[in-house]
Amino acid sequence: MDRPATDPPTDPRAEPVAAAGSSVEAVFREERGRLLAALVRRFGDLDLAEEVTSEAIEAALVHWPVSGVPPKPGAWLMTTARRRAVDRLRRDRAYAARLALLQVEADRAAGAPPAGPDGELPDERLQLFFTCAHPALPAEDRVALTLRCLAGLTTPEVARTFLLPQATMAKRIVRAKNKIRQARIPFRVPDAHELPERLPGVLQVIYSIFTEGYAASSGPDLQRLDLAEEAIRLARILRRLLPGEREVAGLLALMLLIHARRAARIGPGGELVLLDEQDRGRWDRTMIEEGQTLVVAALTGGPPGFYGVQAAIAALHDEAADVATTDWPQIVALYDVLLSIDPSPVIALNRAVAVALRDGPEQGLALLDELAGEPRLRGYPPYATARAELLWRLGRGPEAAAAYREALALAGTEPERAHLRRRLRECEAAG
Amino acid sequence: MKYMLLINSPAEETPECDQPSFEEWVAYDKAVREAGVFVAGESLADLTTATAVRVDSSGGRTVTDGPFAETREILGGFYVIDVPDLDVALDWAARCPGARAGSVVVRPVAEF
Repeated sequence: MDRPATDPPTDPRAEPVAAAGSSVEAVFREERGRLLAALVRRFGDLDLAEEVTSEAIEAALVHWPVSGVPPKPGAWLMTTARRRAVDRLRRDRAYAARLALLQVEADRAAGAPPAGPDGELPDERLQLFFTCAHPALPAEDRVALTLRCLAGLTTPEVARTFLLPQATMAKRIVRAKNKIRQARIPFRVPDAHELPERLPGVLQVIYSIFTEGYAASSGPDLQRLDLAEEAIRLARILRRLLPGEREVAGLLALMLLIHARRAARIGPGGELVLLDEQDRGRWDRTMIEEGQTLVVAALTGGPPGFYGVQAAIAALHDEAADVATTDWPQIVALYDVLLSIDPSPVIALNRAVAVALRDGPEQGLALLDELAGEPRLRGYPPYATARAELLWRLGRGPEAAAAYREALALAGTEPERAHLRRRLRECEAAG
Repeated sequence: MKYMLLINSPAEETPECDQPSFEEWVAYDKAVREAGVFVAGESLADLTTATAVRVDSSGGRTVTDGPFAETREILGGFYVIDVPDLDVALDWAARCPGARAGSVVVRPVAEF
């Protein structure tokens, strides 16, 4: 059959691409997020924190090659950044007065900041995750801010990931930062009772970065940053910060189990290779094993979560030697669980595809036709594609060709269209 | 930090819509005041009593019976509260009985 039902809608790039910008900058990427978060905590202002974070890193790039890397690089950067911030506040009294007020109120709301053990930076990134993914911000701004503040991408890099002009992205980031400051969106980790409401928003931002990476077309865009890997990196950070949250483990597992197939998903000509035709020997076994371990963590100790169940489905695909020996009854059962968590027509579509593989194309097609009236599936390329595949398997060539034409008109990326054209030609040749 | 909570209700009351009772409004008002966050708050009289005033460039005054356009939601009242940040303001908005039948828009008061 075609793509695994939990996959993002389109293909990944064939090879991981080296991060843009200098490699020295990349070394600081992880440090940048930590430093930024600690400074936001200290000064309560994202703009000031960003400014002095950049200045501290620039200073490190000048001094460290000469005087050597200090024994506590994080503390060195923090001290440098704090000094720059204090300088800035001395120069600008009005700004300082406003920040002081902010800080007093922030402490009133959140309590005193924790002290770092042995002078190293305490990891304050969790609150930054929640601020960047705050529901009061527009969804696209949440993704942009998270890439900028936590993944450490520059504005031009964020703009490239969205295929937007730099000026447009710069404006969007300024708008988001203004709302954070003016509406006073707090820098705080939600209380335990708020987490069930707020954590899904953070996970959604990371997962949409991941799927955006997979929606990237191949060829001319090979120089873009590998967003899927950025998303995995962010999820790893979040996993360290929230080790007890099973859905964080589930999301990381899901992304690893999908990303493990990246090398087999693109053919030599840049075309999309679907699951049933992939060379499973090229799957990344180490990544699959890591994902499997995380699936266990995600599904142990409480009711199954949205990402945990999807990860379990992805794991079953990754464990199978081929499509024929895939555990379809188990996959259908997991889709039933998923539907009970999120009764969406897209999941019902994926379940129908799994039923087709368990019971035969006729049964799958019957379920698909029951979904025909769903507004969310109208104009949804995977729905048309799934119908076309099943009609083709049932020997209903002309109907299959019509469905392929419909899917072709809707498909987003070139490799996807190439695949559909190929299938359509087969239908027409047979008919 | 001051926030205005603009309490909007649907223009047309649909039968299934959950209209808060008078007692719920009284309880909410009491909670806002007792928490020490109350700055101001009023409930507005029916929209049919509204009057709009416009002044043109030559100073001429036009008074008309409002409203002018069909709206899906009508401003029915407001609170101004003083709380540390947006999350606290959103919590107060979520507790407001008007958030169930309609919506409560939270707007920071501009600081000059």
